[in-house]
Amino acid sequence: MPAVTQIVRLNVNGDLREIGVPMHFTLLETLRYELGLTGSKQGCDKGDCGACTVILDGRPTLSCITPVCEAEGHSVITVEGLADADGPHPLQDAFDLHGAAQCGFCTPGILCSAIALLEQTTSPSRREVKEALAGNLCRCTGYSKIYDAVMSAAQRLQVEAHLDRSHR
Amino acid sequence: MAEATGLMSQYAEEAMYVAGGTDLIPNMKHRLFEPTHLIALKSVSELSGIREENGYLRIGAAETLAEVARHPGVQKLFPALSDAAGHVAGPQLRNAGTIGGNLCLDTRCTYYNQTSFWRGALGYCLKKDGTVCHVTSVGKKCVAAHSADTPPVLMTLGATITLAGPQRKRRVPIEDFFIADGICNTRRTPVEIVTEIRIPLSAANRRQAYAKLRQRKSIDFPLLTVAVSADIEGDGTVQSINGVVTALGARPRALSGWDDLAVGSTLDADMIDELAERAHEQCHPLENLIVDADWRRAMVPVYVRRVLEKLLIA
Repeated sequence: MPAVTQIVRLNVNGDLREIGVPMHFTLLETLRYELGLTGSKQGCDKGDCGACTVILDGRPTLSCITPVCEAEGHSVITVEGLADADGPHPLQDAFDLHGAAQCGFCTPGILCSAIALLEQTTSPSRREVKEALAGNLCRCTGYSKIYDAVMSAAQRLQVEAHLDRSHR
Repeated sequence: MAEATGLMSQYAEEAMYVAGGTDLIPNMKHRLFEPTHLIALKSVSELSGIREENGYLRIGAAETLAEVARHPGVQKLFPALSDAAGHVAGPQLRNAGTIGGNLCLDTRCTYYNQTSFWRGALGYCLKKDGTVCHVTSVGKKCVAAHSADTPPVLMTLGATITLAGPQRKRRVPIEDFFIADGICNTRRTPVEIVTEIRIPLSAANRRQAYAKLRQRKSIDFPLLTVAVSADIEGDGTVQSINGVVTALGARPRALSGWDDLAVGSTLDADMIDELAERAHEQCHPLENLIVDADWRRAMVPVYVRRVLEKLLIA
C-alpha cells in the first residue's frame, strides 16, 4: 500500500509548522526527516532507550512511538528549543561544567526529561532526579555526573529566580 | 464511544484501537500487529476520570499509568496499585501508557518480541505467522508470558472490568478476564473497548503489597511479579489472604492453598516460609523469556517472602 501523505500542523519549539508527511510517520521521524531537527535521536526506535524524548505539553514523551497526528494541537519542545537568544539553558551549561555528556547520544533526551522535572520544581531531591531520568539509558557516564549537573542547574535556577525577584 | 466502535465495525475488525500506544506501536514496528487503521481512544471522554461512586473506585481505562500512580485517592485506598502502576517500564512510558492498555498488554516471548527479519530466520512461531512453538518445541499451545504489572494487584483487590462493544456493555471480574492462551490471553473481543476498572472500596481495608523482579530497576518488563492482599485482625490473626503471581505463563496465576494454611493463624516467619513454599510448588515457568526459567522459579519463594514481609508493615 503506498504511503498516504497528510498535512499536519505542529507547534514545535514555539513555531507553527505545517508540513506534508506520510501518515504512518512517528513524531520523531517527522522532526528528523521533515523538519531537519535531528537533535532528538533515533536509538532503539521502540520506546526503550529514551534517546528520542521530547517534551509534549510539559511531559517527557517518547517521540519514536508517538504517531505524528497525536502531536497535533499540542506543544512540542525538542532539545533545539531549550536554549534562548541569550545562550544555553542553565542545564546545558551545567552539563558542560560537570562533564555530564560523553558520547552525547543520550544527552538530548536526558536534557528534555530533566527540564520537564525542573519546570515542575527547582528544588528536586537527588532521588527525584534519578526517578525522572529512569527512562533514559546512558551507557557512558554512569549517571553520577548527570545527576550532579541537574542538581547544580536546579540551584542555578533558584538563584536566577531569586535575583529576578530582587531586581524587581 | 459509539463512533469508535462504529469505526471498528466499518473496518471489519482489521483496525485496532490505540490509547497510549506504548505496546501497540513497537509491536507494529515488528510486524506483530498489522492493522489497516488505528482508532484513537485518547479523546473519548467516557474513558477518563478516577472517582469514587456507589461503593467502588472507578478508574477510566484511558487514565495513564502515571496518573493512576500519583492519584491521591488511589494512593490512599489502594497503595499496592499505585506502587505497581508507578513501576511499569519508565517515566515516559507511564506518561503515555494507560491502565486499560496495561490490562490488554500483549503477551511476551523471546521468540515473539523480535523483528520480522529475526522471526523469519527461525520460520516464525506459533503466536505469529508460524506453526511451531520454539519454547516447548512440540506444543500446540502458545506459552508467551503475561507481562503486565497492574492485573495481579487488581486481582487481589477483586476488581471488575467493563467492556463496551457496538451492541452491548458487559462487566467481567478480572480473574475471568484472562485465559491461558498466549496467542490472545483475554476475553476481550477485537471490537470491544475496556472502558473502566471498578475496585470495591471494601478492599481498601485489606492490607496489600506488591513486588517485582526485573533485570534493571527501570524500563524492563517484569520477569516475575507478586501481589498479595490480606485481612488481618488486631491480634494478628489472618482472616483471609490471597496472592497472585504473573510474568510466568500466559495469564496471572492466583495462588491456591493459602487459605488452608494461613486463615486462623498468625503471619509469622514460619507461616511466611510455608506460604512461599506453597507458591514455589505451583509455579513452573518455561523458557519463554530471555532469563533462565529455573532461576525465575527459584525467585518465586524469595519474592513471595518479600511481599509478605511488606504486608506485615503495610
